[in-house]
Amino acid sequence: MAAPRDVTSLKQLVLGRKDVQDLSDTETELPHELMTVNMGPSHPAMHGTVRIVLSVDGERVVKSDVQPGYLHRCFEKESEHATYTQVFPYTDRLNYVSPMINNVGWAMAVEKLMGLTARIPKRTEYIRVIVSEMSRITDHLTCIGASAMELGAFTAFLYFLKSREWFYELLEKVSGARLTHSYVRVGGVAKDLPDNFDADLTRTLNETEKVMVEVEGLLNNNKIFRDRMAGIGAMTKQEALATGCVGPIARACGVDYDVRKDYPYSIYPEVEFDVPVGTTGDCYDRYLVRIEELKQSIRILRQCLKQIPDGPTMVDDPRCSLPPKRDTYNTIESMIRHFKHIVDGIKVPAGEGYSFVEGGNGELGFFIVSDGTGRPYKAYCRSPSFVHLSTASQLIHNHLIADIVPIFGMINMIGGECDK
Amino acid sequence: MAQKVLDALKQHHASAIELTESVHGDEVAWVKREGLVAVATWLKNDPSMLFDSPVFVTCIDRLDWRPVGLPPSSAWNESKPRFEVCYQLRSHTHKYRLRLKVAVPEHDAHCPSLAGVWPAFDWQERETFDMYGIRFDGHPDLRRIYLYEEFVGYPLRKDYPKEKRQPLVRRDDLPINPIKAPDGGHHGDR
Amino acid sequence: MGVEITTTRLEDAAKWAKQSLVERATNWGRKFSLFTYPFVTACCGMEFMSVAGPKYDLARFGAEFPRFSPRQSDLLMVVGTITEKQGPALKRVFDQMAEPKFVIAFGVCASTGGFYQNYSAMPGCDQVIPVDVYIPGCPPRPEQVLDGLIMLMDRVQQGRGHSQLRTKREQLIAAQAASDE
Repeated sequence: MAAPRDVTSLKQLVLGRKDVQDLSDTETELPHELMTVNMGPSHPAMHGTVRIVLSVDGERVVKSDVQPGYLHRCFEKESEHATYTQVFPYTDRLNYVSPMINNVGWAMAVEKLMGLTARIPKRTEYIRVIVSEMSRITDHLTCIGASAMELGAFTAFLYFLKSREWFYELLEKVSGARLTHSYVRVGGVAKDLPDNFDADLTRTLNETEKVMVEVEGLLNNNKIFRDRMAGIGAMTKQEALATGCVGPIARACGVDYDVRKDYPYSIYPEVEFDVPVGTTGDCYDRYLVRIEELKQSIRILRQCLKQIPDGPTMVDDPRCSLPPKRDTYNTIESMIRHFKHIVDGIKVPAGEGYSFVEGGNGELGFFIVSDGTGRPYKAYCRSPSFVHLSTASQLIHNHLIADIVPIFGMINMIGGECDK
Repeated sequence: MAQKVLDALKQHHASAIELTESVHGDEVAWVKREGLVAVATWLKNDPSMLFDSPVFVTCIDRLDWRPVGLPPSSAWNESKPRFEVCYQLRSHTHKYRLRLKVAVPEHDAHCPSLAGVWPAFDWQERETFDMYGIRFDGHPDLRRIYLYEEFVGYPLRKDYPKEKRQPLVRRDDLPINPIKAPDGGHHGDR
Repeated sequence: MGVEITTTRLEDAAKWAKQSLVERATNWGRKFSLFTYPFVTACCGMEFMSVAGPKYDLARFGAEFPRFSPRQSDLLMVVGTITEKQGPALKRVFDQMAEPKFVIAFGVCASTGGFYQNYSAMPGCDQVIPVDVYIPGCPPRPEQVLDGLIMLMDRVQQGRGHSQLRTKREQLIAAQAASDE
């Protein structure tokens, strides 16, 4: 039998390491440089595509450089080369989870420059509000569903996706497309609501309320969900205002700002709804604000369905409305008017104006400079996601890498809107 | 809507304000470059103004400005400044909205930065610099935000063609590779 | 060399792309267990979520679980607009995938650029990586996506995906070189 060997050197031989007490002083110190980790631009936890260069100390984020722009599709440059009606598809793809709201925002901005805001028929306004609120519902369903999925709650995602499909089907019946509708026109909407819309929407709202009860039961008091969301990414009211935050993010911090209440437009003064305002501004508050806004949107939709009057779906103004097809095919004047509208665009008097609506993420505004022709001279989109993303660096400071996921989910940064 | 804001501005900062007007319900005040930061700080801190929430900053390039329906003298010519930087502000408590405009000539495309007054303008000024080439003096970190650093030129200026691409990477076996082709691959501009 | 390398025609492909039983079985297994890497950028991502959702179920085609690492996936779905800034990242992700790998250009922005013809949007992701199946639509309906996926599965079964043909070509060149010596 061989002589027993020295235990220390045997360990080194077998395991390749030494015992702690045998290590020298320099070897026991952990490295103190920060490690640079790159997240994105293609990463499952990024809604849309964003790159974050993190400097981490272990798991804690010390410095971060958020780099957007990986989806810059030149909305402004394209709209300078398109007529006012041709810009509607580009606006669809800005906030692509709530496209109708972008359409309505652009239509309202052009109508403000033309002076048509007060003359839009009542039924048209009601239709616009109905489709806007439906889009807001799809926005919140997608945001909460995707965030829940990233935290591991896959069931909530599937339930909300099932519910979102019903809304997509309805919006497809209304406009012809599931996602990128281009339904609204300057001065009205493209065509009237389909038959049986009332019954379909009421049934969908009832079913969605049942789905929401299920998902709230799964998430609201779920210990894992609350632990991962509560206290994460908090922002104070002053910070929210100074960084220009709007929408559910600002409302979760306690800023009581909703464009539909503070600068009412369309028929929002005629419907009753509440605006939920949070207290702490962390991710859990943002989640609760969005859930409550879903319920309020359902409430608005129910009232709109009861109150909607009959009437025309386009303002009676030859400057922006196309003539009826019978006249187009039979009279030369209407045919020329139709031709001029399509080829040259709607002539908007020279000037500039900024008009804003309450999008899914907050104040979505369009700043249009018009030079009197049918194409905008400049069309700037004030996107709330861009502003919210600029606060991301400050929000993830001193949090763990795993906390970046709920923070990004609840900011609801939509790539198309952020990078325009 | 908020005429009293314009009146108070004219009263307190008469030397910096060139012109005030109200267009389509928006209040607009034209401010001189030198007085911009002072006016902005006063708007933020004065208790009757309290413009605590910034909305946007952008720039208008007047190079092709020949409006239809207005007299020909309102068209742009070389003697007028080419860029107008627009700042839109909002007061949450008083519900005022205001637009500040600064005229910036092309040969001296600088504008004082308001990123120190409101942190939201940090990224938005970077975007304006990226798209129009206006340098903001005093900005903590002025670099491109939407486009990559290798991009040459400022795309939203009126003299930049819409379809002029500057590709970073292309497949090696592409029929016309604009990165490797000797003439830059300008056949249909792919 | 005596090997016909140009094989974009079906007749030529039939000559040398004849598959053995083992190859056919492997391709059958490959087509029903595609691991997707959804390179999601824009609005088509919403339709991708719907396709993967409960109504237009992607799971029944075997392509259920997205692998969020290119090293573990074999189907790269380029979903949404690719910009020039994103180009190097896309190329890197594609290079990191192991053969055999397939690419679906999902949506018209990834196919040709769509109606974004400007200084930033790349006119199609095939400027950077070779694409097997193009699915047009803005965004494409989920049924259209499933049709495109079935088309890809047919190509995988026949061994006509780009990377399978590439591998076959290299093997044939190597075999020819060995028999020449």
